[in-house]
Amino acid sequence: MKHVIVIGGGIAGMQCASELLRHGVAVTIIEKDKDLGGKIRNWHKLFPTFTPADEVLAEMRHRLKVSSNLTVKTNCEATKITAKRVTLSSGEELKCDATVIATGFTLFDAKIKEEYGYGIYDNVITSADLEQMFNENNVRLKQGGTPRRIAILHCVGSRDEKVCQRHCSKVCCVTGVKQAMELKEMFPTADVFNFYMDIRMFGPGYEEMYREAQTKHNVHFVRGRISEVSPTIDNRLQIKAEDTLTGRPLKIGVDMLVLLIGMKANDLNQTLVEECNLQAQPSGFMRAKDSFLHNVESNVGGVFYAGAVTAPKNVGESINEGTSAAHAVVEWLEKR
Amino acid sequence: MKRSSWTDYQKDIADDNYYYARSCIRQNFFPGSEKVFLDIIGKDLGRNIFDDPLHTSCTGIGYHSDVVPLETIMAVVARQFALMSEAGYENFTSSCITSFGIYTELLATWEEFPETEERTRENLFKATGREFKKPKNLAHTSDVIFHHREEIARKAKRKLVNAYTGEPLKVVEHIGCHYAKIFPKKGVGGSEFPYVLAGMVESWGGEVVDYPERRHCCGFGFRNYLVQANRGYSIANSHKKLESMAPYKPDFIVCNCPGCSMFLDKWQYTIAEMEGTTYGQNGAGIPVLTYEEMAGLVLGYDPWELGMQMHQVDVEPLLDKMGVEYDPAAKYLGKNGKYLSRPERALVNSCSQETLYKIKQ
Amino acid sequence: MINFGFSISKPRAIDIDRNNLRKSNEIIREMPELQACIGCGSCTASCTAGNLTEFNFRKVHTLVRRGEYQGAYEEMNKCMLCGKCRLVCPRGINTRGIVMLIKRKLGDF
Repeated sequence: MKHVIVIGGGIAGMQCASELLRHGVAVTIIEKDKDLGGKIRNWHKLFPTFTPADEVLAEMRHRLKVSSNLTVKTNCEATKITAKRVTLSSGEELKCDATVIATGFTLFDAKIKEEYGYGIYDNVITSADLEQMFNENNVRLKQGGTPRRIAILHCVGSRDEKVCQRHCSKVCCVTGVKQAMELKEMFPTADVFNFYMDIRMFGPGYEEMYREAQTKHNVHFVRGRISEVSPTIDNRLQIKAEDTLTGRPLKIGVDMLVLLIGMKANDLNQTLVEECNLQAQPSGFMRAKDSFLHNVESNVGGVFYAGAVTAPKNVGESINEGTSAAHAVVEWLEKR
Repeated sequence: MKRSSWTDYQKDIADDNYYYARSCIRQNFFPGSEKVFLDIIGKDLGRNIFDDPLHTSCTGIGYHSDVVPLETIMAVVARQFALMSEAGYENFTSSCITSFGIYTELLATWEEFPETEERTRENLFKATGREFKKPKNLAHTSDVIFHHREEIARKAKRKLVNAYTGEPLKVVEHIGCHYAKIFPKKGVGGSEFPYVLAGMVESWGGEVVDYPERRHCCGFGFRNYLVQANRGYSIANSHKKLESMAPYKPDFIVCNCPGCSMFLDKWQYTIAEMEGTTYGQNGAGIPVLTYEEMAGLVLGYDPWELGMQMHQVDVEPLLDKMGVEYDPAAKYLGKNGKYLSRPERALVNSCSQETLYKIKQ
Repeated sequence: MINFGFSISKPRAIDIDRNNLRKSNEIIREMPELQACIGCGSCTASCTAGNLTEFNFRKVHTLVRRGEYQGAYEEMNKCMLCGKCRLVCPRGINTRGIVMLIKRKLGDF
């Protein structure tokens, strides 16, 4: 029986593993956290349908049935990956017939954009923090009370040369719209202002959702990037931006600022390039063999990719890539 | 204040043996500050510092006003470095923020474009016959005081504390733009949360005020101020800062830039005379100190020795709050004890001592 | 008061905290579709008045939404109500209706 190691137990890795098992291949999943599920474990609801992330995760777990052919190693990281062998941080070496890298992305650390004061001002939070608050049903100001005015800033750690992240993280725009709508449902009298550079609604139903946020929820969209955040005497935040559509600077006091943090290439990718002969793109995300016909293959035979390890992707795309990668692996194994 | 991020921006600051470069304008506006810096470093801290009469202006004001070309300023800066090398020093410290910015910028330019350094060496040699070594360590003088802040705290005679209430004084710190906005990594704390003055204030018992326009420029802006027609928006910047800080009721403002300390002080006078607005709690202005004056007060220097009589906004209310003993009548006495005459009365002045002079006269 | 030969420049920034958003909120409440504007500029590009005068419908209604009402009524008076903008708006905004609504609401400004 052939044996494939899937590195990363997020949704792409889980889907890939379940598909491989269905094809009669033995699978080992290497997961650095204590549980499978990856980033969406900490997410509340998914755009554009507001489906609870838990529902998707439950289905993914259901698909990945317990089987004697499946080994899951959690709290475990891979340090070297080849088609035939994976070295773990414990020093242990695992043999296999092919590997799939589904290690996803790293969330941008908002502290790096110092001018936004994340980690310094109490009510500056990230989109990930907000999902956590939604999950705990505890969206409130640090000093207590509910926000009357909220700003959401797009492109934090995306499309920004200053932090070496030139790429678009793709999903933040729609996440910003989704979170604005959720906040408006929670606090109907609050004003929500989204500060954006472009609104990139790439998926089905996204544009419709954007329009609904504008006209049904009265979310204000200001085209302009926030340049700095400062505290005010009444414990609010003063925000400066340009309202580029009127050509004037704009100043606004808000109670809460949500930073839509982008997807950064996984910290592990550097090792993949240096130690494993794999190729990365200038953005740091891994480079697939080609962008049209071999999206899930790497430049090294027998090493495959699935999910956001190659580019920012949404949940559906990542799951699809899990399936694609599994099929590519099976095809590759059949040729051996 | 939660600003631990400053620790990400550490810079090497030499501990001893400084070559000192003065500022062009500070000796007129805050004449005691450079003198007291030399005294603090030399006498209080027992460090070696060389005040070289041979060095000149860095020509930064001319450079930023588009009258001095880049090649010229490079040669002038190279000459300062040559003087430092000749005097046997390696640690360069400048009193002016713009000079500090210039030195930092030119060292970086020489690093990036070595051919400009070569050309500068040629130009300097042709013009003066001198050769230079680049400084091993470059620091602004506020960096140097920051570096020694704990030692100063140990030697402190007074703290930045209200002597009557025991509460820490509320201090607005203002950093010159050219300190860290050009090269954030060359400033203590970077450009967004600079810590060079905040560190002194906190070490000496004060409390830093974080107000909305903290990062905003004072408005000096060289050519913007130098042309009278442009002064309206130069002053509007100080106006914006003062409006923003006033609700926090700061006890004083401290700056590390010659231009900022001058403008935040003197524009208060201009605003008051133009619009009748004053920003201090006592109906007068908010005193503006240089960090050397602040350090000097902490170390027990006499305020008139520090040159604080030259401020536009009276410092007496602050001295009273800190419990500093001073002779009010000695304010306008020169070094030789002769009465210098006093400035015209202005809205920003509290002028409590006015009657005293009348009696003396 | 002393004349120093210059005056203190007034801030140019739109200050949302200082602006009174009551009228702006009323306008959006009556015609929420205005919020759907994506700033494409089709309206201004096709505008009869805007090709001959400074009139910029997109900019004026955006300013109104931010609570900047000064001069908006006079600007809207430049509209000839030809309706070309409504034909081109990709978001289907009743632009003529917006012109009339702003004029009605801000007539006293």
